[in-house]
Amino acid sequence: MRFCRALFLAALLTAAPAALVAQPQPSADEFVPMEEAPPEEQIPAINLVAAAYGFVWIVVVGYVWSLGRRLQKAESEIAALEQRRR
Amino acid sequence: MTKLNQIELALAGAMLAVAPWIIDAAPYEATMGLVQKIFYFHMPAAWLFLLAAIIAGTASAMFLFGKKRDMDGWALAAAELAVVFGIITLVTGPLWARKAWGIWWVWDARLTSSLILWMIFVAYLLLRRYGGPGADKLGAGMALFGLANVPFIFVSVNVWRTLHPQTSVVPTLPVQMGGPLWFCITAFFLLFLALLGMRARLERQRVRIEDLYLAEDEA
Repeated sequence: MRFCRALFLAALLTAAPAALVAQPQPSADEFVPMEEAPPEEQIPAINLVAAAYGFVWIVVVGYVWSLGRRLQKAESEIAALEQRRR
Repeated sequence: MTKLNQIELALAGAMLAVAPWIIDAAPYEATMGLVQKIFYFHMPAAWLFLLAAIIAGTASAMFLFGKKRDMDGWALAAAELAVVFGIITLVTGPLWARKAWGIWWVWDARLTSSLILWMIFVAYLLLRRYGGPGADKLGAGMALFGLANVPFIFVSVNVWRTLHPQTSVVPTLPVQMGGPLWFCITAFFLLFLALLGMRARLERQRVRIEDLYLAEDEA
């Protein structure tokens, strides 16, 4: 118990001066223009546009391919079943 | 694949292949610049995401209350397309927002409700895949929730404060921007029609396969 009290007191003594000298941070909803953001925060627009168009193409081509394959599989299964029935 | 689906798919493919040149020729938006060009694919995908949800919900209602068995196949086809066009919308939107707003995502009414709609249809597909007997009716109920979400998503940008542009943007676009946008909407719509037709056909084939297996068991 005594140890816990000492630990709490030590933490308080360390944190209090740190809180006093801490610089006021800008609020989370404060507007900062992208041009003023640090370089590592800025992504070239061309990369984002290329990623967006690339993603659309991959999804569309992938889905058409998957749908075509499923249709082909179903058609061959129907043909095999109908042949077995005859 | 029917002849009509083939024509729609070929037309959509040709239009989407030339779309980058048409979009490139469109003028830059004054404040956002190049990144605004994502809009030409983002907005048609978002419209079709909502259209697919409307079709899935309406077909599910007809299946549940009108006892129209074939409507279940159309609902399933539209639900799958809602997931496909939904993921396009939800990925291209943040790529645009990162440059335009400075953040990838914001939990406002439009974005959050769109994500919820997408998750409803992902859950619908999982339910249909692994739900076992009765999953069709349970799924139809779920699609109705999706349908109820659509008007909320549409009006959300006009009712609540959000970073997302309002619905009044499209009618006020200048011709140089409106032309490429309507070109992309037409291409996406043709693609949507072809995919919906193909996916619904796949469901009909699955029903046929089940019938053939049943007939084989009875024989």
